[in-house]
Amino acid sequence: MARVQSPAMRRYLKRLAAFMAAYVVLILVDGWLFRHARPAPPLSYAAAVLPALPIIGVFWTVFRLLVEETDEYIRMLFVRQSLFATAFCLTVMTVWEFLQNYEVVPSGNGGFGAAFFWFMGLGLGAIWNRFTFGDGGCA
Amino acid sequence: MKNRLKVLRAERGWSQQDLAERLQVSRQSVNAIETGKYDPSLPLAFRIADLFGMAIEDIFQKGE
Repeated sequence: MARVQSPAMRRYLKRLAAFMAAYVVLILVDGWLFRHARPAPPLSYAAAVLPALPIIGVFWTVFRLLVEETDEYIRMLFVRQSLFATAFCLTVMTVWEFLQNYEVVPSGNGGFGAAFFWFMGLGLGAIWNRFTFGDGGCA
Repeated sequence: MKNRLKVLRAERGWSQQDLAERLQVSRQSVNAIETGKYDPSLPLAFRIADLFGMAIEDIFQKGE
């Protein structure tokens, strides 16, 4: 049977799509800007931060879902998923930091920051929920 | 916690989806409660008891 989406989940998906679309546009605009017409400070700071804003919006979107979802079982799955993501992200970043501290791996993150690992953790958290409860949580 | 939700639902000829709609929760929630994977909150347990016209302790019992 197809899973019926709650109103909170529909709002989550709409917000997620809007923030991800904004992220793609801002990454492309910033990429062009910094390659062809690099702004001077303080404008460069503002321009560099622009793509972070929709990512922050995605964090807000995920946490609003925890507030707005009225089905307590589904909400519990989302909370587990978010905690799994947080633990996964903190673990990866901590291990990576120590590897860098002792110069075992090169410094820098190659574009894979904390947000990347948190979102990866959300996906792994959904798999964890499916294994332990038989239900995934948010996509 | 054990519960008689599946039996009570079957006695009324309701599907999990029917019960979910009456309780205004997801079908996954009904399934998780019936199979003992999830224990409902007290407010939801009261809603379930009200729906079946029974006391909470007549539906939910202690034990695995």
